[in-house]
Amino acid sequence: MNAPVKSFDAVSVAVLPPVARLNLRIAPANLAVASAAFGLTLPTKIGQGVAKKGHAAWCLGPDEWLLHAPEADQAAIVADFTAARVKAPHSLTVISDREFTIAITGPRAQEFLSVACPLDLSRMAPGTAKRTLFDTAQVVLIRDADDAFRIEVWRSFFPHVSDLLDIALREFACGL
Amino acid sequence: MLLIHCPYCDDTLPELEFAYAGEAHIARPADPSKLSDEEWRDFLFIRSNPRGLHAERWRHINGCGRFFNALRDTVSDRFLTTYPAGHPRPDVTKLEAAE
Repeated sequence: MNAPVKSFDAVSVAVLPPVARLNLRIAPANLAVASAAFGLTLPTKIGQGVAKKGHAAWCLGPDEWLLHAPEADQAAIVADFTAARVKAPHSLTVISDREFTIAITGPRAQEFLSVACPLDLSRMAPGTAKRTLFDTAQVVLIRDADDAFRIEVWRSFFPHVSDLLDIALREFACGL
Repeated sequence: MLLIHCPYCDDTLPELEFAYAGEAHIARPADPSKLSDEEWRDFLFIRSNPRGLHAERWRHINGCGRFFNALRDTVSDRFLTTYPAGHPRPDVTKLEAAE
């Protein structure tokens, strides 16, 4: 069998290095407390994202946010939120080890993702994120730019998603 | 594929992201122990199952995770509207007049 194709001119797929991922649930009325603890004004509209100095946050649900930060900052963030708990009850769960992030970049990235993603990606603005499906696996899809996506996959679904991407890459590479 | 409007995400998304969750507006009895067996059976199992407009619950499980209600025509599969859980069933005549 041929060696798996990981990239060609139009699309490349890469597993990104680890990052601190946190899932935050907090009442929207108390969002200012969470914003202060994380050092970033958290977005209120579902899908929207913000990023600053390696910290990033996306709103995934009416009271749910996904936070990203450098791995080294994870303990400090957890401590900050623990201190903020007296001001506003919330749940902050560290999910860094639960997921892998796969980067999909290239001019045909949007078309490539449509292999297994049911969303109309042309309507998805850069900087936004959505929880959705990739084939049958639940993923968080982040759009960084017109031609750059990230998908966050639970590690138990990773072999399935990764195999699908490999097959799709090979199909794209041979022009199918 | 059906497209369903999630009132929380305020976006129209593919049906794959959603899960059906039965008929809407069925209130749990305040004091179940006071109910007769027949009333309890009706609460648990007896549904209206209409041919036509049906108020039903859906969950945006592969999205924002929220339950919401929808008015769907069971014959044509057309969604008239969706609205957040806890809201009363919208007036159909108004909706139809608006179209």
